[in-house]
Amino acid sequence: MLGKLTLEAIPYHEPIIVIVLAAVILGGAALAGLITYMRKWTYLWTEWLTSVDHKKIGMMYIIVALVMLLRGFSDAIMMRSQQMLASTGGEGYLPPEHYDQIFTAHGVIMIFFVAMPFVIGLINVVVPLQIGARDVAFPFLNSLSFWLFVVGVILVNISLGLGEFAKTGWLAYPPLSGANYSPGVGVDYWIWSLQISGVGTLLTGVNFVATILKMRAPGMSLMKMPVFTWTALCANVLIIAAFPILTATIAMLTLDRYLDFHFFTNDLGGNMMMYVNLIWAWGHPEVYILVLPVFGVFSEVIATFSKKKLFGYTSLVWATIVITILSFVVWLHHFFTMGAGADVNAFFGIATMIISIPTGVKIFNWLFTMYRGRIEMTSPVLWTLGFMVTFTIGGMTGVLLAVPGANYVLHNSLFLIAHFHNVIIGGVVFGAMAGITYWFPKATGFMLCEKWGKRSFWFWIVGFYLAFMPLYILGFMGMTRRLQHVDNPLWVPYLVVAFIGAVLILIGIVCTVIQIVVSIKNRDQLQDTTGDIWGGRTLEWSTTSPAPFYNFAHEPQVKELDEFWEMKERGHEEAAKKPYAPIHMPRNAAAGVIISGFSLIFGFALIWHIWWLAIVGLVGMIASFIVRSFNYDTDYYVSVEEVERVEREGRERRSLPGARTPTDTVVQG
Amino acid sequence: MRKSLMRGALRGLPILAGLLMLSGCDAVLFDPKGPIGESEKSLILTATYLMLVVVIPVIFMTLWFAWRYRDTKQSKATYTPNWAHSTKIEAVVWGIPCLIILALGILTWKSTHELDPRAEIVDGGEPIEVQVIAMDWKWLFIYPEQGIATVNELAMPVDRQVRFHITSETVMNSFFIPRLGSQIYAMAGMENRLHLIGSEVGTYDGISASYSGAGFADMHFKTHVMSEGDFDAWIEKARGSSKVLDDAGYTALNEPSENVAPTFYGQVKPHLYQQIMAPYMDGMELGMSDKQMGDMKMSGKKMDHSAHKMSGDEMSGDDMSGHAEPAMATEE
Ligand code: HEM
Ligand SMILES: [Cu+2]
Repeated sequence: MLGKLTLEAIPYHEPIIVIVLAAVILGGAALAGLITYMRKWTYLWTEWLTSVDHKKIGMMYIIVALVMLLRGFSDAIMMRSQQMLASTGGEGYLPPEHYDQIFTAHGVIMIFFVAMPFVIGLINVVVPLQIGARDVAFPFLNSLSFWLFVVGVILVNISLGLGEFAKTGWLAYPPLSGANYSPGVGVDYWIWSLQISGVGTLLTGVNFVATILKMRAPGMSLMKMPVFTWTALCANVLIIAAFPILTATIAMLTLDRYLDFHFFTNDLGGNMMMYVNLIWAWGHPEVYILVLPVFGVFSEVIATFSKKKLFGYTSLVWATIVITILSFVVWLHHFFTMGAGADVNAFFGIATMIISIPTGVKIFNWLFTMYRGRIEMTSPVLWTLGFMVTFTIGGMTGVLLAVPGANYVLHNSLFLIAHFHNVIIGGVVFGAMAGITYWFPKATGFMLCEKWGKRSFWFWIVGFYLAFMPLYILGFMGMTRRLQHVDNPLWVPYLVVAFIGAVLILIGIVCTVIQIVVSIKNRDQLQDTTGDIWGGRTLEWSTTSPAPFYNFAHEPQVKELDEFWEMKERGHEEAAKKPYAPIHMPRNAAAGVIISGFSLIFGFALIWHIWWLAIVGLVGMIASFIVRSFNYDTDYYVSVEEVERVEREGRERRSLPGARTPTDTVVQG
Repeated sequence: MRKSLMRGALRGLPILAGLLMLSGCDAVLFDPKGPIGESEKSLILTATYLMLVVVIPVIFMTLWFAWRYRDTKQSKATYTPNWAHSTKIEAVVWGIPCLIILALGILTWKSTHELDPRAEIVDGGEPIEVQVIAMDWKWLFIYPEQGIATVNELAMPVDRQVRFHITSETVMNSFFIPRLGSQIYAMAGMENRLHLIGSEVGTYDGISASYSGAGFADMHFKTHVMSEGDFDAWIEKARGSSKVLDDAGYTALNEPSENVAPTFYGQVKPHLYQQIMAPYMDGMELGMSDKQMGDMKMSGKKMDHSAHKMSGDEMSGDDMSGHAEPAMATEE
C-alpha cells in the first residue's frame, strides 16, 4: 500500500535531525498561524501564489532562494565543523552515513535551489521591464515553471525528515548511484527533485528566449538590447540546449534503478563513462547559465554607478556569444583523469583556456567603464568590486585546472573546491546580492538599507577569503574532497581558519536577513518615489517603482542603446501626453499550482514505490493540464480608467518625500 | 570606505603569494619525490606565473580605478560620461589575453603529451608491473611477475618505473600518490595505465581521490619507495606470508571493509586480475575459465576495441587505443 514507506523512514533516533525537523514544523505552523490570524490566505493565493506577473514570480524565486541559502549554508557549516572536529583522527559528530548526505545536499541545494532561482528570479523581474514588455511571452507557463521548481525544493526538504538524501555527491555518478550501491531512496529523491524542477527550468528557457526575441519594444534591435538582457538571452539559449541532456541522462539512470536497465551499471554492458560525459555536457553549460546573467548584472551596476556608458558594449556582447558557444566544447575538463589520450585531453584543455579570453575581456570592459567615471560606492558597487577581484583569482585557478598536467594532481582536491567556490560565490552569489540590491526598489518600491548591505558585504568577503584560501593550500597539501574525517595534524590549522571564515560568512548572511527586516520596517523612509532612484540607463527605470502590474502605460519606443538615459538627456515628456489605450494582460491562474501539486504527488510516490499513488499523480497532472487548455478566459483588457488611476497614483507618488539618492539613504538607513 | 578598499587590496595578494611560495614538506605537491610530480609542480608554477601577468594588473587596476574615480564632492579626476569606445584599448584587452593563452596552449599541448599517464617514462628503466584493484574500501595490489599480492601497501624500487594497471571491483575510485604525481581513475571492467617513478627512498601516502561511499575517508595505503635490495626483501617477506589469494581468499577480501590494515598474500591465483575484470566486460560472462583467458593471451589476440567499453574511441580513434583496454590485451 505504501511501497517502501514505513515508520522507520522517519529518522527519530537522530537527535540533530529531530531538532531541525521540530524547528521547521514549529516555524511552519507559526507562519501558517500568523497568516490565518491576519486573514491573509486569500490575499496570498490571489495576489501571489496564482499570480502570473513576472515581477511577482521573480520575487518568489528570490525568496525561495534566500530560504534555501540558509539550508544550504547550514549544511556547509556542519561540514566545516565536522572536518575541523574530525581532523586528528576523531570521528567528529557526523558519521559517514550522515556526512555524505550533507555534502550531496549542500551541492544540490546551492546549485539548483539557490544559485539557479537567484538568477532566474532576477531575469524574471528585470528582463520584461528592460525590453519594454508587459509580461513574458507565456505568462502561465512562467507560473508553471516556478511551481515545478518549488516541487523540487519541497522534495529535497522532505528527504530530511522522511528517508534519506543521496550519498553520492551532487552529480550522482554511477555506479555509486545505481541500485546496487545505493539501494535506498536517497538517489530517488535526487532524481525526482531534479527531474521535476528541471522541466520547470527548461520551460523558463523557452519562455525567455521567446520573450526576448519577440517582445522587445519597437526600435530595440538586438544590438540596442541592454547587456543584462543579452546575457539572459544567452543563458536561456543554453538552458534550452543543455537541460534536455540532463533530463535524458537522469531518465537513463532512472531506468537503471527502477527497471533494471544497464545504461550505466558495471556489468551487462553498462558504461558509467557515458554518464560522466553526458552529465558534464549539461554541467559545464550550466555554470555559464549561472554566471552569464550575473555578468549582465555587474555590467548594469557598474555603468549606472560610474554614471558612464558601458565601455565596449559590442565586444561585451560578442564575448558573451562566444562564451555561449564554446561552453559546449569543454566538458571533458571535468575528468581529464579518466584516461583519455593526450590529444583529447590537450584539446579540451586548450578549448577551456580559450573561453577565458572573452571572460577576461569582460573584466577589462568593466574596468574601463569605471575609468574616468564617477563611481558611487553603493553596496551593489562593493559587491561588483569584490566580484572583480575574487573572480579574477577564481578564473586563474580555473585555467590552472584546465592544464591537464596540473589537473592530474589537483583534480578532486580541496584546490578544486576552493576554485569553484571562488567563482560561484565571487560570481553568482555576489552578483545575486548586487542585482537584488540594485533592482529591489523597482520590484518593491523601496530600497534595501545600505548600512546593513555594506556590513553584509564586508563579512562575506572577509569570510570568503578566510574560508576558501586555506582550501587552496590544503589542496597542495594533498587533501582530497568529500572526506568525512582526516588524520593529519598539519591540516588542522587550515581547517580551523576555514571554519572561522564560514562563521564570518554566517554573520554576513545574518546581516542580509537583518537588512531585509530593517528595510521593510523603515520602508517609508526608504521609498523610491522617483522610479529612477539610482539614475539608471535602461527602460526599467522609466516606469514607477514599484512598476505597475502592466509595467508601462505606453509601449516605449526605443531609439538608442541606454534608451532611458538618452530620454532623460532629450527631456522625456513626449510620451506622457498621448492618450492611454486599454492594455491586454493575462489573468492569474491556479493551474500552475495544481499541476505542480500533482507532480509532487507523482514524484513522491515514485520515490517510495507507491505505484497507485504515482498513477494518481500522473493522471492528475495530465487531467489538470487538459482542463487548463480548455480554459479560454485567460486574458483581459485593463480599462483606460484603470490605467489612468494607476498612473495618477504613480505621479502623486513622485511628489511624496522619499529617499531620492542613495547617499541620502546611507544616512537614514 | 577608504580603509576598507585598501584592506581588500592587501588581503588577497599576500595570501596568493604565500600560497605560491609554499614549499617544504607540508605542501606535498610542491615537494614531489619523483620526476612526474616534479614536472607537474613546475607546470603549475609556470602556468601560474604566466597568468599572474594579467591577473595582478587586473586586481591592481580594479582597486586603483575604484579609488581614483570614486565619487566625492571635490573629485578632480577626469570624468567622461560618454566615452565608451577605444579601438586601441580593445586591441590590447583582446590581444594580451590571446597571447598568454597562446603561450599556455603550447605549454599545455606539450606537457599533456609528456605527462601522458600511459606513456612509458624515458630513462625510467624496465617497468615493474603492478595490478591495482580498487575495492570497497581498500586497494589490492598484485605483483604478477613476483606472484604476490598486498592490500593497502605498495612498494617500488627507487628510480625504476612502475607500470600500474588500474581497475576497480566496485564503483569508481581514483588512484593517487600525491608525492609521485598523476592520479587516474579506477573503473570496473576497464583498465587505465599509469607510469610513475619514486626517486627518493621514503614512505608516501596514497589515497583514493574520488569519493566512493561510506568507507572512502580511510581508503589509504602506504607507498614505500625502497632500494633494490630492500624491495627484494619486501617481496620475500610477502612471499613468506601464508595467506593465499585464491578464489576463496578473494571472495573474503571482497566483502566491504573499512580502514583495512596492510595485508600480504604469499601466493596469488594466476590471472586473478583478468578474472576480476571479466564479469564487467561485454560478452564475457563469469564462466570464462583461466585456461581460456590464458589462451587468448598467448595467441596475442587483441579484442576488437570498438566492441568494448572505452571512454573515448569515438572521440579520437587510435589515440585512445591504449586506454581502458580489455584485460586480455594488456600483457603484450
Ligand atoms: C556560503 C558558504 C559556503 C561554504 C562555507 C561552503 C562549503 C562547502 C564545503 C565544506 C564543501 C565540501 C567540500 C568537500 O567535499 O570536502 C562544499 C561543497 C560544495 N559546494 Fe559549497 N560552500 C558554500 C557555498 C556554496 C555555494 C554558494 C555553492 C553554489 C552555488 C556551493 C556549491 C558546492 C558544491 C556543488 C559542492 C560539491 C558538493 C559535492 O561534493 O558533491 N557552495 N561547500
Ligand atoms: Cu566545466
